[in-house]
Amino acid sequence: MIWNEQMECMSREEMTKLQDERLVKLVKYVYDNVEYYRNKMDKCGVKPEDIKGICDITKLPYTTKDDLRDTYPFGLFAAPHSDIVRIHASSGTTGKATVVGYTQNDIDMWSECVARCMSMAGVTKDDIIQVAYGYGLFTGGLGAHYGAERLGAMVVPMSTGNSKKLTTMMVDFGATAIACTPSYLLHLSEVLRDEGLIDKIKLKAAICGAEPWTEKMRHEIETRLNITAHDIYGLSEIMGPGVACDCKEHAGLHICEDYFYPEIIDAKTLEPVSDGETGELVFTTLTKEGIPLIRYRTKDLTSITREKCKCGRTSARISRFKGRSDDMLIIRGVNVFPSQVEAALINVEEVTPHYMMIVDRENNLDSLEIQVEVDSKYYTDEIKGIEKLTKKIAGVIQSALGISAKIKLMGPNSLKRSEGKAVHVIDNRKLY
Amino acid sequence: MTVNQVSVFIENRQGRLGEVLNVLKENDVNILSISLADTTEYGLLRLIVNKPEHAKDVLLSAGFSTMLTEVLIIKVPHVAGALQDILSEIAKANISIEYMYGLSVEANDASIVMKTNQLNEACNVLKNKNIGTMTEKEIESL
Repeated sequence: MIWNEQMECMSREEMTKLQDERLVKLVKYVYDNVEYYRNKMDKCGVKPEDIKGICDITKLPYTTKDDLRDTYPFGLFAAPHSDIVRIHASSGTTGKATVVGYTQNDIDMWSECVARCMSMAGVTKDDIIQVAYGYGLFTGGLGAHYGAERLGAMVVPMSTGNSKKLTTMMVDFGATAIACTPSYLLHLSEVLRDEGLIDKIKLKAAICGAEPWTEKMRHEIETRLNITAHDIYGLSEIMGPGVACDCKEHAGLHICEDYFYPEIIDAKTLEPVSDGETGELVFTTLTKEGIPLIRYRTKDLTSITREKCKCGRTSARISRFKGRSDDMLIIRGVNVFPSQVEAALINVEEVTPHYMMIVDRENNLDSLEIQVEVDSKYYTDEIKGIEKLTKKIAGVIQSALGISAKIKLMGPNSLKRSEGKAVHVIDNRKLY
Repeated sequence: MTVNQVSVFIENRQGRLGEVLNVLKENDVNILSISLADTTEYGLLRLIVNKPEHAKDVLLSAGFSTMLTEVLIIKVPHVAGALQDILSEIAKANISIEYMYGLSVEANDASIVMKTNQLNEACNVLKNKNIGTMTEKEIESL
């Protein structure tokens, strides 16, 4: 089912025309309302009147997570605080979070996008959907929730953390759809199997996102649960989940192009690349009011096609993600930067600045181990002293990253010193 | 009346203990007693050696987290209940024992290595009760 045929099946000419109009309006709105952007554009010598349509977009400067950090918390907001109805936040590259704000129109637009995505997965108002993303500052829970309500489905706001309750309700309620991270769904499939519930569920579709996954994982999920699994993409800076999603054809993720203008650029030269070529995905939020972003560099690597899909939709599609152009990790759906670990450890006087993060997947759940070198003058010869130190570091890391990590104390000079760029991460998961 | 114990922090990794012992062997350090406290992640190696200062220096320069810890080496007569008698004196003085392990030098003589939370108080208790301890000099000559 296509939720919004007018927008999703629009001809390329009409779509470009719509994007032209929206971009012109957006640039003026941003220039008039966000001092930071006004200064940035003035520096580049670009005025709103120079932007006559999408063909002029390359005249505009890029936006990165650093711009959000520099203007923390509300510096990039274009709407007055009285018009902001909600805040979400994600991990910043160092101590401070990346904060985004939504007006009521933004929330409505977001719900519309998620409703489109869920429709791509075959979910309708007759479905019972369990939302098993975290509810809170993270966009996953509330984003999926509002979208499913817009669709008219019966929403069960499970949030995360209680697999037993979730599987019990899945059976008792006869849930037909679920929204969660793909690794968590694989884990749930094991819980269901172990409890002998797999034949008792009525699940038919899953909308999975918040972390990269492979075709192999999709196949595994679909076979184990006898459902179709769809890849929903988003990031809080742009909106949250629902920026793009794949349809039954699984031939790339359809972008809600009337709201988010996509570009693919070479991450090194920052020049645009042609359709079909892999590069970094960049988005301009065409209608957002709360925190509109111009040419935001997602750091996700993918390629784009604007050919019509067999499903009937004409919207541009991005391929499965091929990696990141920065060192961000996604662990249990949470964005983690090695620089956050570094910043947290600086405050622990007992350890040296050398550390190593080891990311793995055990029983389909992500695990993070952080190895730290203890300064020799802080060694104690009592087990309880060492355990106390381990606990202290674990607490510091937990509050910095928002996820728990196993801390492993290492002797001096036991972590490899690299000669060139320091290597701080070993990721044993095969996500791309 | 206290003695310096050499404590070494080692990650649980195959061959790591052997590496420590090898450094001591190459530097002519004689081990009189050894205790290894282990968890799943790491081990704490505690050693009574004839030359503790020297052992610490060579282990540190070989890259091991090494430190000296003051402990008591208490002589325990070879009779039933002797250890219990000593421990009850320490307990009466409200002193906590952090850890202990054995040290045996000759057939008729046994000792225990003990770390307590209040070293000076423990020394006084032992002195008042005429319980013998070994000195650094005695250890060196072994």
